[in-house]
Amino acid sequence: MSAHKVLRQRLITFPFMLLLAIFLVSLYFMYQRFVVGGMGAVSNLNGGFAWGIWVVYDVVIGTALACGGYALAITVYVMNRGQYHPLMRPAILTSLLGYALGGFGAFFDMGKFWQFYEIFLPWNWNFNSVMLEVGLCVATYILILTIEFAPAFLERIGSKKLLRSLNKVLFLFIALGILLPTMHQSSLGSLLISMGHKVDPLWQTWHFQPLLAILSALIMGFSIVVFEASLTTAGLHQDDENTLLVGLGRIIKWLLVAFVVIRIGVLAGQGKLGLIFAGGSSSLFFIVEMALFILPIFLLMVPGANRNASQLLVAAVCMLFAGAAYRFDAFLITFNPGPGYTYFPSAPEIMITLGIISLEIMLYLFFVKKLPVLHGAKHA
Amino acid sequence: MERRDFLKAALGGSAAAVCSVGMAQARPNLEPAEEAVGMLFDSTLCVGCKACVAKCKEVNSRVPAHSDPDNPWDSARDLSADTFNVIKVYRSGKAVNKDRIKDGFCFEKRSCMHCVDPGCVSACPTTSMRRDPKTGIVTHHPDSCIGCRNCMVACPYNVPQFDYNKVFGSIHKCQMCNQSGVERINNGQMTGCAEVCPTGATLFGSRKALLAEAKRRMTLKSGEVYTYPRGDVSKPDSMHEKTVPNYQKHIWGEKEAGGTNVMHISAIPFDQLGMPPLEERSAASVSETVQHTLYSYLALPAIALAGLTYVVKRNTDHDDDEGGMS
Repeated sequence: MSAHKVLRQRLITFPFMLLLAIFLVSLYFMYQRFVVGGMGAVSNLNGGFAWGIWVVYDVVIGTALACGGYALAITVYVMNRGQYHPLMRPAILTSLLGYALGGFGAFFDMGKFWQFYEIFLPWNWNFNSVMLEVGLCVATYILILTIEFAPAFLERIGSKKLLRSLNKVLFLFIALGILLPTMHQSSLGSLLISMGHKVDPLWQTWHFQPLLAILSALIMGFSIVVFEASLTTAGLHQDDENTLLVGLGRIIKWLLVAFVVIRIGVLAGQGKLGLIFAGGSSSLFFIVEMALFILPIFLLMVPGANRNASQLLVAAVCMLFAGAAYRFDAFLITFNPGPGYTYFPSAPEIMITLGIISLEIMLYLFFVKKLPVLHGAKHA
Repeated sequence: MERRDFLKAALGGSAAAVCSVGMAQARPNLEPAEEAVGMLFDSTLCVGCKACVAKCKEVNSRVPAHSDPDNPWDSARDLSADTFNVIKVYRSGKAVNKDRIKDGFCFEKRSCMHCVDPGCVSACPTTSMRRDPKTGIVTHHPDSCIGCRNCMVACPYNVPQFDYNKVFGSIHKCQMCNQSGVERINNGQMTGCAEVCPTGATLFGSRKALLAEAKRRMTLKSGEVYTYPRGDVSKPDSMHEKTVPNYQKHIWGEKEAGGTNVMHISAIPFDQLGMPPLEERSAASVSETVQHTLYSYLALPAIALAGLTYVVKRNTDHDDDEGGMS
């Protein structure tokens, strides 16, 4: 058997009940959306802001937050740092949940949800469409993640034979599990290109959108691994995994430097540096966002910072906010469809997103307490 | 080969491929369809009667917007799932001088511009937005639409609109009165809005003829008298004489983002009429250049997958006892 263990703790706790309550409230609004009055009944979406927080948070940011499995797979299987292996299975689980619920968010937001399958029919495919790449690639990745997580199930039910066969071909799925997020996470950035002038000039970097998007996805992916491992250690009384996390800090630091240098370099190349200091809300959001990217570089550069658990956690939180801010700013906050249109999410809209997040956390707790997910012994 | 070297080679190779392919295959703006049909809206001729709005609703079987039993008339403020064509008012100061910037007013039409290089067509994952190869008309096909609304965000003019207030809603837009069941253009008629326009503010015709007419008006001197056609620019129903206003020397839609088949001219600068700040290159052409550079024949993903499979296999083989992902 593997070195992973089922966390023998009660599932029904007070925090769990709280999450359940939030989810139940969101169910009411989902009923409103799918049965009573359509999206208009629960959201502030309009003709200019066709995409609100369901797309931008649940899909664009939610899947980036679910890039932990992707970032760690690169570390373990491409850079061959086997010592991070113990973090792999929980990271795959959060990726699976994040992507599956991102997929659910997309379905929820889909205007013609009853014919969602049309995107899977090859004769409909428009190969010029970035959205086609995103849709098909995300759907495939959810399948891959399910296969990557399958060993946890197979161990639990004791199906050794199936487990052995799966392990023989798993390398193929691992390779796909690295390729696919590279593709669709960069494409999420490419979606901004077709929006043209509606995207604020500070965020409309045209050809550089996919590069900046994939870098931000990697930063968020590594950050979420650090963040979750720290939380798991504290909240679920697990062994300290900090010794493992310190090395990740080093990788993240260079990703951050790359992102900031490219981001500023592109703006300079496109002659837009002046806009940073032009005043106005776009400048402000840009400066706050860049501060969130730059601050963790310094936090991680302080000698010994890598070994300081709380400093590492602060840096990780900073980077999660930085990556989320980058995507929120570009897609929603500074997005300007033209005169006459404004958008702020309605309470039901926010409740539905909170409900999806609650469901995600509840499922995570359920799986780590029912399946061998977390690493048992002190790491090898 | 050492793994590190292999990775370097693979990354370098992919980067070089991306750059060279990108240079070679940059997708230019699409060209207008050979027999493109369109409309010319001359804001200086529009008197704001909204006959075009009413006719549009009749042709497309739409209900009045923002009306109730006390105010039964249509008072649509903007495009919506029930309004594919709307007349908006420009006002400045006291709003007493027609077609003047200072203390002036004028009317501006909003409807699908039928872009030559349409963002909606490029963005739609299921080919539910199409540009007719012959007429250049941009049409919507709800049967394959999933309602992702990428067409809405990719439209520079916010034209496609979704029925948010229906559980089973759909995308709606102007299809130049040529959708199946209407087919006015195919039957040799003109668009509903151009047919009913009393002043010829909305003029129907081929893009070429309309562009020629617009260019002619650009050369007219303010104050002289010009004979304006009504209906179809090539075979006008009737003509009327009017003093030429002080036109802005700008034909909106001649070049913006690759051009449009519905073009506008006006005496008020277009940015003040709410037109978007567009460059000549279409966003669709940039987006497709990037997409086809990265995904042409799936060559780059295939190379990357081969490299990844090799590396992952190597790195999982030596710890077989641990069993890959377990």
